[in-house]
Amino acid sequence: MVCETWTDKLDAYLDGELAGEEARKVSEHVRGCPGCAAESFSRVQQKRVVQAAGLKFTPDPAFRARIQRSVAPRRAPRWSRFWLPVLATAMVLVISGAISLTLSRQRKGEQQLLSELTDLHVATLASANPVDVVSTDRHTVKPWFAGKIPFTFNLPELQDSPFVLLGGKVSYLNQSPGAELIFRVRQHQISVFIFQDRDLGNLYLDDSARSALSFNVRTWSQNGLRYFALSDVSSSDLDKLCELLKAAG
Amino acid sequence: MPHFERLYNFACWLTHDRQEAEDLVQETYAKALKGFSSFQPGTNFRAWIYRILRNTFLTSRTGLQATATVPLDLEEDEEQLPAVRETPESILLQRSDWQLVQDALAQVPVTYREILLLCEVEEMSYQEISATLAIPMGTVMSRLSRARRALRTAVQATPNKTAGAEVKGFNRS
Repeated sequence: MVCETWTDKLDAYLDGELAGEEARKVSEHVRGCPGCAAESFSRVQQKRVVQAAGLKFTPDPAFRARIQRSVAPRRAPRWSRFWLPVLATAMVLVISGAISLTLSRQRKGEQQLLSELTDLHVATLASANPVDVVSTDRHTVKPWFAGKIPFTFNLPELQDSPFVLLGGKVSYLNQSPGAELIFRVRQHQISVFIFQDRDLGNLYLDDSARSALSFNVRTWSQNGLRYFALSDVSSSDLDKLCELLKAAG
Repeated sequence: MPHFERLYNFACWLTHDRQEAEDLVQETYAKALKGFSSFQPGTNFRAWIYRILRNTFLTSRTGLQATATVPLDLEEDEEQLPAVRETPESILLQRSDWQLVQDALAQVPVTYREILLLCEVEEMSYQEISATLAIPMGTVMSRLSRARRALRTAVQATPNKTAGAEVKGFNRS
């Protein structure tokens, strides 16, 4: 015989839906009431049988595959949403890295070039025989280079200028021969290097004015030749000589 | 695909047809994906996707037919069946018992069948069932109670294929 008072609560109790105190009361009653205990046992058995019997149908693999295919297009935007920013970031990093590497190489090339030119200039100043052809006459100096370097160049007329041509010699930069001309203005000496543009390789210097180890440096390209003027004279004096050389070239 | 197996099982019980069940599950996933933005994180995902499946079923031809045949007095009080005590002979669960219960489950109205499946098979809480079926908690409890009695009646009315066998929890008086 099931107690009318408790029977309505048995389902909720067996389904685990009663709160602590209420569950305790029902539990206590069921333990002491044979009718409600039997009813509880019967209902639990029913739950278990329905639970087992209810799992009757299993989808076949073909259907699962079909569903997966049908939802697959939805994955594309999710893929894109995740990977596109990653790819974009990676691209930016790669491009930034490439630019950074190029600039780094460029800076390294500039430093190497300035360093070598400075060394050549200082070596010339320190030498007891700074030039191989000693002449103030441009018509003597220029022919002297014929056959020694694979190009020719023009020299300016310096009669009305403060500059004096002292001579020249063959110099080497990046394992390629070129001309080094020595000029003087007052007590300062100016080295002017002339090389073929194509021989400089990764040694690069743009046309802007600069200084290296307190030497003023000017450079420009003209007729496939790269000119470098380097000295401890003032910038204005150096610029004047450069203008004369550009006008002659 | 979350809950795929269980959703398919539930769909088969609702439709009684594997092909229809497959269409129902497929449509459920399509709707779930399309309307996933409407799902509120932190709420019950299982109840949400089961509700989609059930609503899709109810608007289908089979669903409309099934609900049209539900007795008008479904939610009214039914006669209480006397509780029947288990006997030691019925302890051992046989596969024939499952078949008997499955047949009975297929016979009860879909409104009862779905709440039994959600409670016993899916082991949903009353709160989850309330969210899935969109009915108040009180209705969940009363409908579940009636569904269990209806199932018991259906089992007792179903010819047992195994002579002399009894089903645990469904003993004939």
